[in-house]
Amino acid sequence: MKPRPFDYVRPDTAEEAVALLADYGDEARILAGGQSLIPMLNLRLIDPAVLIDISRIAGLDVIADRGNFIEIGAAVTQNALMGWPDLKLKLPLLAAALPFVGHFQTRNKGTVCGSVAHADPSSEIPLTLAVCGGAVVLRGKRGERVLAADAFQQDMLTTAREPDELIAAVRFPVIEGKGVAFDEVARRHGDFAIIAVAAIADGRGEVTLGVGGMAGRPMLRSIVGDAAGAIAVWAGELEGYEDLHASAALRRDLLRNLGPRVVAEAIRCAA
Amino acid sequence: MRRVNKNERVRIALALNGRKLAAAAEPRTLLSDFIRQNLGSTGTHVGCEHGICGACTVLIDGVAARSCLTLAVQAEGREVKTVESLAAPDGTLNPLQAAFRANHALQCGFCTPGILMSFTDYLARNPHPSSAEIREVLSGHLCRCTGYAGIVKAVEEVASSAPAKAGKGDHASEAKHGGRGV
Amino acid sequence: MSGQLGKPMLRKEDPALLSGRGRYADDLPVAVGTLHAHVIRSPHAHAAIVRIDAAAALAHDGVWAVITGEDVRKLSDPFLAPVKAPVRQWSLAVERVRYVGEPVVLVVAESRYVAEDAAELVQIDYEPLAAVIDPVAACQADAPILHPEAGTNEVSVRDFSYGDPQGAFARADRRIAMTVPFHRLSFTPIECYVVVAAHNAAEGSYDALANFQGPFSMHPVMARALRVPGPKLRLRIPPDSGGSFGIKLSVFPFVVLMALAAKITGRPVKWVEDRIEHLLAASSGPNRVTRIEAAVNNNGRVLALKLDQLEDYGAFLRAPMPGPLYRMHGAVTGAYDIAHVEVKNRVVLTNKMPASLIRGFGGPQLYLALERLMHRIAVELKLDPLDVMRRNLVPAQKFPYHAAAGALYDSGDYARAVEKTIGDGRLADLKRRRDAARQAGRLYGIGFAAVVEPAMSNMGYLSTLMTAAAREKAGPKSGAVSMATVNIDPLGAVTVTADVTVQGQSHETVLAQIVAQELGLKPDDIEVVLEMDTAKDQWSIAAGTYSSRFASGTAVAAHIAAVQMRDKLKTIAAKQLNVLPGDVELAGGKIRSRSNPDNALPFGRVAGTSHWSPMLLPESMAPALSETGVWSPQELEAPSRDDRINTSLTYGFIFDMCGIEIDPVTYQVRVDRYVSMHDAGRIMNPTIAEGQIRGAFAQGIAAALYEEFSYNEEGAFLSGTFADYLVPTVSEIPEVEILHMESPSPFTPLGAKGLAEGNCMSTPACIANAIADALAVRDVVLPATPRRIHELMQHNEK
Repeated sequence: MKPRPFDYVRPDTAEEAVALLADYGDEARILAGGQSLIPMLNLRLIDPAVLIDISRIAGLDVIADRGNFIEIGAAVTQNALMGWPDLKLKLPLLAAALPFVGHFQTRNKGTVCGSVAHADPSSEIPLTLAVCGGAVVLRGKRGERVLAADAFQQDMLTTAREPDELIAAVRFPVIEGKGVAFDEVARRHGDFAIIAVAAIADGRGEVTLGVGGMAGRPMLRSIVGDAAGAIAVWAGELEGYEDLHASAALRRDLLRNLGPRVVAEAIRCAA
Repeated sequence: MRRVNKNERVRIALALNGRKLAAAAEPRTLLSDFIRQNLGSTGTHVGCEHGICGACTVLIDGVAARSCLTLAVQAEGREVKTVESLAAPDGTLNPLQAAFRANHALQCGFCTPGILMSFTDYLARNPHPSSAEIREVLSGHLCRCTGYAGIVKAVEEVASSAPAKAGKGDHASEAKHGGRGV
Repeated sequence: MSGQLGKPMLRKEDPALLSGRGRYADDLPVAVGTLHAHVIRSPHAHAAIVRIDAAAALAHDGVWAVITGEDVRKLSDPFLAPVKAPVRQWSLAVERVRYVGEPVVLVVAESRYVAEDAAELVQIDYEPLAAVIDPVAACQADAPILHPEAGTNEVSVRDFSYGDPQGAFARADRRIAMTVPFHRLSFTPIECYVVVAAHNAAEGSYDALANFQGPFSMHPVMARALRVPGPKLRLRIPPDSGGSFGIKLSVFPFVVLMALAAKITGRPVKWVEDRIEHLLAASSGPNRVTRIEAAVNNNGRVLALKLDQLEDYGAFLRAPMPGPLYRMHGAVTGAYDIAHVEVKNRVVLTNKMPASLIRGFGGPQLYLALERLMHRIAVELKLDPLDVMRRNLVPAQKFPYHAAAGALYDSGDYARAVEKTIGDGRLADLKRRRDAARQAGRLYGIGFAAVVEPAMSNMGYLSTLMTAAAREKAGPKSGAVSMATVNIDPLGAVTVTADVTVQGQSHETVLAQIVAQELGLKPDDIEVVLEMDTAKDQWSIAAGTYSSRFASGTAVAAHIAAVQMRDKLKTIAAKQLNVLPGDVELAGGKIRSRSNPDNALPFGRVAGTSHWSPMLLPESMAPALSETGVWSPQELEAPSRDDRINTSLTYGFIFDMCGIEIDPVTYQVRVDRYVSMHDAGRIMNPTIAEGQIRGAFAQGIAAALYEEFSYNEEGAFLSGTFADYLVPTVSEIPEVEILHMESPSPFTPLGAKGLAEGNCMSTPACIANAIADALAVRDVVLPATPRRIHELMQHNEK
């Protein structure tokens, strides 16, 4: 379990990182926290020509309050965000989701943007980003573009990022005056979820419900009224998928069981 | 901009347990291998090399991290601390180590160095954790011998005997480890 | 017990292990020029090896050798195995691969990184063959055959009958039967395998360091494979080992492989197994399908048992397999007084990794079947499960008790253990919790398990797999020897060596306690050195750390050695103190007159006499420099002509009781309360005893709810990382209340029995019974994952 050889570059600025990406394209991988990337390297599942280490770039480790949204830079670790004093107040759904992300030790290195970039279908941060209606800031040599979370994550481990683009930050809309809830079922504490469920209740009877682990990416549904009934139908539509730990039928039933509970919790929280 | 080409062995310098050391390594050399094989400190153990068992946990600039998920070159210029840093030079165990001994928190001892380093970081941030918080941090480690009960007791003992100044949820000290609010 | 024994004390092992000063196999210095190996493994469950092209790999910078099965076949012999079937295995696959992960090629290079690079350049062409994974399917006539020379996958079948099972089945009120599978798992020590081997061409000898665990029945297997007499294979085992739980035994093929690599390259070769290799193919407990049937009266009394045990050892039967099928054989009736038993033992091979030792060693498989059956009997007869168990327990007055299949249970009071467990309101509390939960519509169940825990195996137990006639021809096998040595240096300092390997069981501490007690010293005064060197240390075929042999075996040998040394020192001191030896005592670091304690000499002064002035010793006395205690208990007789076998020396008892609740939202099993009563005879160190029990309990929970090696129908391995093979973290291990009683063994001077395997045997059964109770189902397949619980609940609804 030793990585294949690769070049290593540690740029000092985001501009340098972007220039390197332009040179190498899909031969390059961005290294930030490395908590998903390095296991894949050790297992020789991927074969990048170069790793571009952005973890020391000044300015990428910033959590910026932009009023309507919070912008989280590419080098901000999950634990740094958990320690951000305004988290519970401004991003309560993310605050509820982060304790489910890996472990204390991996959150120390793992970045928020890295989790979004990795795009695991049952991962908590991409789900939260989708449910919040957040966005991803992509920076390339041609300039910067901002993609809605929904447009960014396309399928299992697949995103709309172009090979020469750096995920510079993610933007989480500030949630105020709404109710939120998050829960998941995992085999062990800290494992990737079998399914993860996140909800935002607007306080006027509408709930945005998101689920990870039912498809290649987080799926969203707006719920008004009979949550249990709506979720039962939705679970059937989504089908789910089978892996070692869960049958598709189990996934559907987990959504049917957990979904209404999370919706109710969000509504309670909104009230 | 630091650049190292594949197969090129370059001098990587860092501080290991307070001593400045350097050795030649490739970009792909894992920090776990670098500490053990290049720098000769074998107290840090390798258990899975995919970031789950936690045996290889060390402190990098005071922050607990899996050394198997870190490249040696990433730790260049950093302060790395391993289990060898914990006891006094005369061998006297520090309070965390002594509590592990008193509570039979280890049997084969292979996973122990990583667990000690995790709690060295965590207790510095949160000196009085609840039992639930201790379990939360410990859940990032696998131990096959003990059933974990002694480990929880050991950390509880340290937590209850720590001086009562810094309180829970010490965000100020956590914030220094990463993101800056703007 | 007086003195040090029986008391808790801080472990001697801990300061080094807590400071990063352990000396595990991968920490030790290696010779300059040592090369590093990487194993290329089969991606196929079953395939013919058509061609191996190593040219590109050999041309890679830093590569020394690319070794194939053909090289290995030329230089070594197949491993000896207890079953005389034509199943031949070398340390690399020859001609065929038979499981995913089977070693096919060894690449030796200047570093592990380079070896892995070069491995990607080796081209291996396979021709896939049909594979068989399921043990029942493997016994069918049309199954693909793994070893064509054997002509069958069912390589060993034996029938046993004790008492009059036919008569008992004929006269019983009812017959109640179940089929109970037990799954594959390992307890995955956090340290993987490590081997460093060197070859000395001038001497024709090998020197290997490995984190092996014994038993040293494997040393002859390795030496024979390498075609050298035993002394030409010097095997060294480091002072520390990162856990074993039986799994480290299976490093042995790699000792041979690295030794051959050292011979081929002319350099020492080191191999450190990585976690992916370990999960894929290091070792597994065997899976078993047991059909078990009871002849039972309507009051729940079991008159006879029938067991058909089909045990799946994977692709090869390596020594000492099929141990798990026979280790429990004498005690196959468990905690119950059942005089009539019929057993069919069947060994089958399938396209999975070879199975071998694992903590519990046959116990989990047996007790899951037996204890599920006892529970089922209660359900079918509409009796209380606890009443059915109590009605059948071996009565206290029958000890020492001759079990039907030959085990001689040394001591115990099972009924009292049960009463103590359920007493103090514990059972009442469980029932209260269950009733309250059920009233609220929740799924709650109570389970019990009663288990006899054997310790220190009879070296003859495996020969039970041969017929009496074949045994006679092969020569009798019996007994189990344990050895330990107490040494004294010129200043009277004491060191102890012993025939165990270290894996975390605190042997250093307990041996120091035992020896200190006899010599009137403090445990801290005793140095215990347990690194093992087969060229220089005492060892027998029984040596090593396995089958809970320490408390009933090596600990006794150390006691004997210490007593021998003590008595010699008394005689020496008597002369110096001018008293009779009977008046001498060793206490507080002094050797003194019992009647006049002021008449005393420092321990070191007397102890050093044999070094400095052997002339001062009493006449005809050999110097007291080194005393080896040898312990060879008489109870471990060879199998009788009618196949009765006392499989182990001591037999502890465990009674477990638990309440579990099934979460109807997540389908997870939550252990609400768990109580575990242990009678392991005398407890030598309560802290260490509790640590062993807690560790076994965690592994029992793991087996019941989490850990499983999964294969698909084609034989692909699905549990290849720690993200898929689920070792429980602290969050998954519930609290356990541990109770003790002590029925000292009359068969060992210390009265101590084994206790480190019990919960691996009892906990899966106890949890399975509770799940069956909660869901009112008959069949519970372990591990009881959300997926399986979900399926059970779907099934229930229909």
